[in-house]
Amino acid sequence: MTVVAPFDRFRMLQHYRLISLIPLAAIILLLPLLFSSAYYYRVAALVFIFAIATLGLNLLMGFAGQVSLGHAGFMGIGAYAVTIGPTHFGIPPLFSFLLGAIFSALVAFVVGRPILRLKEHYLAVATLGFGVLLAIVFTNEASWTGGPDGMTVPGLTLLNWSVRSASSWYWISAVSFLLGAALALNLVDSPTGRALHAIHDSEIAARVLGVDVAQQKLIIFVVSAVYGSIAGSYFGLINGYITPDVSSFLRSIELVAMVVLGGMGSVIGSLVGAAVLVILPQALTLFHDYEHIVLGLIVMSVMVFLRRGIVPSLAAAFGGRRE
Amino acid sequence: MMENLRLAAALGVGLATALATGPVSAQVKVGAVLSVSGPASFLGDPEKKTLDIYVEDINAKGGFNGQKLQLVLYDDGGDANAARTFATRLVEEDKIVAMVGGTTTGTTMAMIPVFEDAQIPFISLAGAIEIIQPVRNWVFKTPHTDRMACEKIFADLKRRNLTKVALISGTDAFGHSMRDQCISVAPAANIAIAEVENYGPGDSDMTPQLTKIKATPGIQAVINTGFGQGPAIVTRNYRQLGIEYPFYQSHGVASKQYISLAGSAADGVRLPAAALLVADKLPDNDQQKPVVVAYKNTFEVKTGQAVSTFGGHAYDGLMILAAAAKRAGSFDKAKVRDEIERTRGYVGTGGIVNMSPTDHLGLDLSAFRMLEIREGDWTLVPDSGS
Amino acid sequence: MAEFLQFVFSGLTVGAIYALVAIGFTLIYNASDVVNFAQGEFVMLGGMTTVFLGYAGVPLPLAAIAAVLVTTAIGLVLYRFAIATASGADAVTLIIITIGASIFLRGTAEVVFDKRFHSLPPLLDSDPISVGGAAILPQSLVVLAGAAIIVLLLWVVIDRTLFGKAVIATSANRIAARLVGIDTRVIVGACFALSAAIGAIAGILITPITLTSYNAGTLLALKGFAAVMLGGIGSAVGAMVGGILLGLLEALAAGYLSASYKDAVAFLVILCVLFAMPQGLFGKTKVERV
Repeated sequence: MTVVAPFDRFRMLQHYRLISLIPLAAIILLLPLLFSSAYYYRVAALVFIFAIATLGLNLLMGFAGQVSLGHAGFMGIGAYAVTIGPTHFGIPPLFSFLLGAIFSALVAFVVGRPILRLKEHYLAVATLGFGVLLAIVFTNEASWTGGPDGMTVPGLTLLNWSVRSASSWYWISAVSFLLGAALALNLVDSPTGRALHAIHDSEIAARVLGVDVAQQKLIIFVVSAVYGSIAGSYFGLINGYITPDVSSFLRSIELVAMVVLGGMGSVIGSLVGAAVLVILPQALTLFHDYEHIVLGLIVMSVMVFLRRGIVPSLAAAFGGRRE
Repeated sequence: MMENLRLAAALGVGLATALATGPVSAQVKVGAVLSVSGPASFLGDPEKKTLDIYVEDINAKGGFNGQKLQLVLYDDGGDANAARTFATRLVEEDKIVAMVGGTTTGTTMAMIPVFEDAQIPFISLAGAIEIIQPVRNWVFKTPHTDRMACEKIFADLKRRNLTKVALISGTDAFGHSMRDQCISVAPAANIAIAEVENYGPGDSDMTPQLTKIKATPGIQAVINTGFGQGPAIVTRNYRQLGIEYPFYQSHGVASKQYISLAGSAADGVRLPAAALLVADKLPDNDQQKPVVVAYKNTFEVKTGQAVSTFGGHAYDGLMILAAAAKRAGSFDKAKVRDEIERTRGYVGTGGIVNMSPTDHLGLDLSAFRMLEIREGDWTLVPDSGS
Repeated sequence: MAEFLQFVFSGLTVGAIYALVAIGFTLIYNASDVVNFAQGEFVMLGGMTTVFLGYAGVPLPLAAIAAVLVTTAIGLVLYRFAIATASGADAVTLIIITIGASIFLRGTAEVVFDKRFHSLPPLLDSDPISVGGAAILPQSLVVLAGAAIIVLLLWVVIDRTLFGKAVIATSANRIAARLVGIDTRVIVGACFALSAAIGAIAGILITPITLTSYNAGTLLALKGFAAVMLGGIGSAVGAMVGGILLGLLEALAAGYLSASYKDAVAFLVILCVLFAMPQGLFGKTKVERV
């Protein structure tokens, strides 16, 4: 695998690190000025929710170089956690949310060790199977999950404040993304991050240098699972209803498309990729018959012409090389 | 760093412009969120076509209380999340006065909170009984419930002195939900369900499941709940294995497509369905005959496709809404809602509708007819109750 | 015993379908290291195009040939405008391109055709054949035979013709192949075209059993991909065996365990096989040069 510009960007981020998030924070604060109704808040909230999941997958695919076609499975775990916890066990939603994240991490830990030994296409099919398996469980265990029809998600109440409106979810998801991005940038700059850089470059060389490849990959897999779970929980809570296709194969492919469109290895790219895929169906309602055609064309064109994804390619075009 | 800023700004502007809808006009807007594409397009496509045809028809005849009607229609692709977003859009951006839509139970349930909060009347086109039970102020529905389908089938079984049955269901929402209803209603109807099997909606061979049913002793009839291509394949497999027990389908296959896909294997299959499917064969004194014949002819001429009960439910929803608005004399959402609830004696494609504060569907078992497929066409089973 | 036989027949029916789809993946992968997720769409296009040409009045045999030609052309266009233009891109990018292509083709089919389900008449008789108390459809045997014939033909082409040698050379080392004068772009393009044709033929053969619609390709691609990995990617025989095995696993799981979880059981078995034999049943062990 050739090492190209994603890691120029990587080096750039190393210097700017958290400072590069300040413009993003500014955008998040100012964006609501453009919102004329709850509808915009909702779409923006969904963008940030998917951006969180995409960021997790990006850590796995972009930084660690591991393909996953089943990431939506972790979103499903998070979503059903905040549903099943309060409904069947009387656990408050906030606590269920945390339990979902912990459970996702556990599942990732258990499943990760054997699966991550596989490479490329074999890893792809294994993660695919994982996602499909979870979707099947969610569909079939109707007494727990409400079956294919889905289930109502009880509302979230924080200290007497009922979190219901789209604007509340906008702030929650946007700030969460910001925190998640900061964490990701920190991770990338840490010893784990450097180890991942080495692994992505050449696993064998990394092993020769003493990097515990299996453990590093597992750490990233667990981290990406937690991001996915958090996004899934928010997804269930903002909609108040969840169906098993939150974990479907198509959702996993959507997440991969978001990562690749925005730019593998780019934190901001995760946001851009999520934005494109969430906003597109809304923008194309006049041509809803042609939505898939346009989406397919966009994915192909970006991959062919802006091969590294939107953000890194544009960055290279505008910013040129730094350092 | 700078291109981050530029990029994000472009994103924000792009977001705002992409979502900009047209200028708010003085027309009356009725919203519809249907699953025109995706796994439920079998249902959503005729629903959309019906709404398009009849909104145009209403406008040609002068409109809603003298005002032109504008149908704002979005395609959710069968995805509950997308449906919810479109519902929010209809309420916040398009400012609709009423909503006819929600092709599937999942999409309907996801949208209900939006319309309940906004206090906008919502007539759903989905099947599950949980949409109207418990009764919600602003939510109504036109299709028969899956529970009624079970009850109708069980009544027919009793008439034929059959009491021990097997169920084979698709794991899609419709098949699963009706399976649950049948299991819960069976004891009261003195029907014993001896074997339950499942198949995935995309599967291409159900002979293993049918083999197990064939091997279960004492089975006297088999019921298949599901929709889409599954039931057609199950029907073919049924004949392939030479199973001879009476075979029942659900109203999920109430369209000629099923017959053409299942071929000669469909002969002798019985199912509960709306009178719409046998429009021309109804006795002349049947109250529903004029309505269903008119709808069938209009739909078939304008679309070139055979009529299906799913389109019929959309027709009923729109007409009930129109009649309610007329009685209310205005588009005040609360008044329209009250009038929908007061719908009495409305003759539709699905049956005769009598709503009440405790019944937001308004159909009883007589709205379902028991049909049998013979030589590639629907026929009414005689003595099955009107 | 009759029950077991019936489950086996069901497994063979479904397995033959998966095998035919899986074989299509193999050829493109061998030539270019690309897993073509649009393969499912080629299968769908073969079936749907034949159906709609039939509706338009074209006699079915002609419609079938036309459908194969149309799909082959689409395969070539996909190669020329998407894959070849992105030459030099890494494996993940190419996979995403094929995923984008599959979405595009599905969207186009939705608009050009319609959203309903369709069928084709079976090639032979539609009466099931009774063996030992179990019934198998003649069409299932046609599909199995079709898969076997295609594998055989592929073997003949790859092993016995100059073109085949060129394909082997291209897959072994693209630069070296170019150095000896092989136009790798033509070779890979031809493989795409051939895979599209195989997919279209598969679609025509399986539609009498599975029915078809504009989104039939997705599930087929998923199962076909799983089958190919089970058998070991790169081997046509592996693809066929993988497909049949997958079908048998599903049918036996549906018959003896739980029909709701049959897909899950099949995937679990695949995962176990991959943990034990990471290159699949018939795949070549990859030697990674440092």
